[in-house]
Amino acid sequence: MAKLTVVEAINLALKQEMEKDHRVLILGEDVGKNGGVFRVTQGLLDIFGEARVMDTPLSESAIAGVAIGMAIYGLRPIAEIQFEGFVYAAMEQIANHAGRIRTRSRGRYHCPLVVRLPYGGGIRAPEHHSDSNETYFVHTPGIKVVVPSTPYEAKGLLISAIRDPDPVIFMEPKKIYRSLREEVPEDEYIVPLGEARIVQEGTGITLITWGAMLQPTLQAAALMEKNGTKAEIIDLRTLSPLDSETIIASVKKTHRAVVVHEAPATCGVGAEIVARINEKALVYLEAPVQRVTGFDTIMPLPKLEKYYLPDAGRVIEAANRTVNF
Amino acid sequence: MPKQVIETFSVEWLQILDEDGNCDEELRPSLDNEQVKKLYESMVLARTFDDKAFKLQREGRLGTYASILGQEAAQVGSAYALRPTDWMFPAFREPGASFVRGLPMRMIFQYWAGDERGSQIPEGLNDFPITIPVATQIPIAVGVALAAKAKGDAIAVMAYMGDGATSKGDFHEGLNFAGVFAAPVVFVCQNNQWAISVPLKRQTASRTLAQKAFAYGFPGVQVDGNDVFAVYRATSEALMRAREGGGPTFIECLTYRLGDHTTADDASRYRSPEQVEQWKKKDPIERLRKYLEKGGLWNKAYDQAVSSQAKEKVESAVHEEESLPPPDPLDMFRFTYQDLPADLREQMEGFVNTNGRRDQRE
Ligand SMILES: Cc1ncc(C[n+]2csc(CCOP(=O)(O)OP(=O)(O)O)c2C)c(N)n1
Ligand SMILES: [Mg+2]
Repeated sequence: MAKLTVVEAINLALKQEMEKDHRVLILGEDVGKNGGVFRVTQGLLDIFGEARVMDTPLSESAIAGVAIGMAIYGLRPIAEIQFEGFVYAAMEQIANHAGRIRTRSRGRYHCPLVVRLPYGGGIRAPEHHSDSNETYFVHTPGIKVVVPSTPYEAKGLLISAIRDPDPVIFMEPKKIYRSLREEVPEDEYIVPLGEARIVQEGTGITLITWGAMLQPTLQAAALMEKNGTKAEIIDLRTLSPLDSETIIASVKKTHRAVVVHEAPATCGVGAEIVARINEKALVYLEAPVQRVTGFDTIMPLPKLEKYYLPDAGRVIEAANRTVNF
Repeated sequence: MPKQVIETFSVEWLQILDEDGNCDEELRPSLDNEQVKKLYESMVLARTFDDKAFKLQREGRLGTYASILGQEAAQVGSAYALRPTDWMFPAFREPGASFVRGLPMRMIFQYWAGDERGSQIPEGLNDFPITIPVATQIPIAVGVALAAKAKGDAIAVMAYMGDGATSKGDFHEGLNFAGVFAAPVVFVCQNNQWAISVPLKRQTASRTLAQKAFAYGFPGVQVDGNDVFAVYRATSEALMRAREGGGPTFIECLTYRLGDHTTADDASRYRSPEQVEQWKKKDPIERLRKYLEKGGLWNKAYDQAVSSQAKEKVESAVHEEESLPPPDPLDMFRFTYQDLPADLREQMEGFVNTNGRRDQRE
């Protein structure tokens, strides 16, 4: 088995799905000749040609809208929006059409679309290139939101997303694009959407996270273990629909929980998780669930970004607050 | 009933100074020798800055940087036509224009070094900070122009953009507003023929970008963007008309991005070196130099003085930027609102406590 990065794992998933299913095509800015600004689509133009790997004009709204039209007509488009900060012009199409067409047409039309969206901080990128804006999509009914945390997860989740009959926003954490390598099977496999994964079992506390934040969470858990607390770590993988069951079962076992995400605290997915724990497992809690998040501020430019992004130290402090409650 | 032509348009091309420094004296804008030398010196300064910024990035002293190499005339010529009371909206590839406006060079270094203080435009300078989300500055510029018009201020607004920007909805919506409300705004499009790896022909099926203006009911013109006289003439006429209530103009400056898109890009993946070499021959600085030389305004001594002054300015801006204390992390919170809301204050206090402990650990 080859050891791949997240970029390579996604590239492999795209290639294999395009080989297998002639309805699958890619469109976006710089995805063809340049292979994408992160090289995620590298080599695909040569294999599949311009009709299936389309370098588009600089038009996020049309990239999304055209992809929706293609999906409705029976293709399986994968639209790339170059960075999360540039998705807002596409939001109209995503919220008003991709998410609604099944409902509006009472099932006559549906929209099997994937929007690939590199997101998140920690790579010293310029302004508008480091936000974590998953909440907008999670808050939008009718679309699914998926975030891989490792190369293996990335390949399996993307294949599921492509095959899914509904629109999926596939958010790719830039921070881990190349910083992780792991064995990824050459053969196709799927990681089902809507199912969280227990990364590590434990009984002392539940740490819930996704995407690039899994790494500092793992570091925190390793340090906590030295001090005698074995944490259970949940990687959500799909933020919408959310796998409440796995979260609730874990909290019932550990009685404590911390949610870790990069996005601002207010109305972040962490808030939804806390609400669900309150609804379904309040009496099992020994302490209020803590959140470790970005602040309710503008994501700063690189010189300050380390102060904004959660790190292992903040996770441990939050965990201690639940233990010492 | 026979079909009738009910509307036609034609796009003018303006070049005043050719590649060999030959000038059409009839079209030459009325600038005195000192002003022409100022244009030359501003372009040399822009290029000297650009070269330094590129090197700093390679040394790890600057973040990602977008080079302006080859686009100096489009920036300097247009900004030189502005008055201090006019407003200016850059995209992200206009430092040459910002320096002409009087933005301290240190601030452009700061911005690309990842320090928000580079966007804190000094009081009295009517410039907007760099805008990275392509074309989004356009409707805002139109809004400023309409506000000035509503207040009866005889100013104009200049909004820069690239060729890629003409594919965005904000471009079309902004230009349409400008046309409908006769906004005093001048759109300056630096058509450098590339949007990262996407060539102009993948951006539009129109023969020119200038012609897009006609659909919105105002004039568009294509000028040689490497000809500082043509750029200056077209923009100063358009600004004058805007200030006098004549409405908007779109000016397409045909130029070329000689460098990579940014320091994070490798243009050899998608374009031929031949095309780059061809455009190097159309260098905007070299052609003005030739013109100056023909008029006896340029000699070796002058050249040395100009380039050493430029180097000094750039070096001192770098020194200034690098000697500043690092930004205060609390700035993240301070500028979110005028008054810090209670819950954000709580987050800030939590940050101070946690961060103090973290700094001890480090
Ligand atoms: C809305 C938006 N989409 C994508 C990007 C990423 N991006 C940055 S610059 C660029 C190309 C811009 O081309 P152009 O407008 O011609 O300006 P140039 O870079 O040539 O100066 C792209 C796609 C962006 N900044 N904003
Ligand atoms: Mg361009």
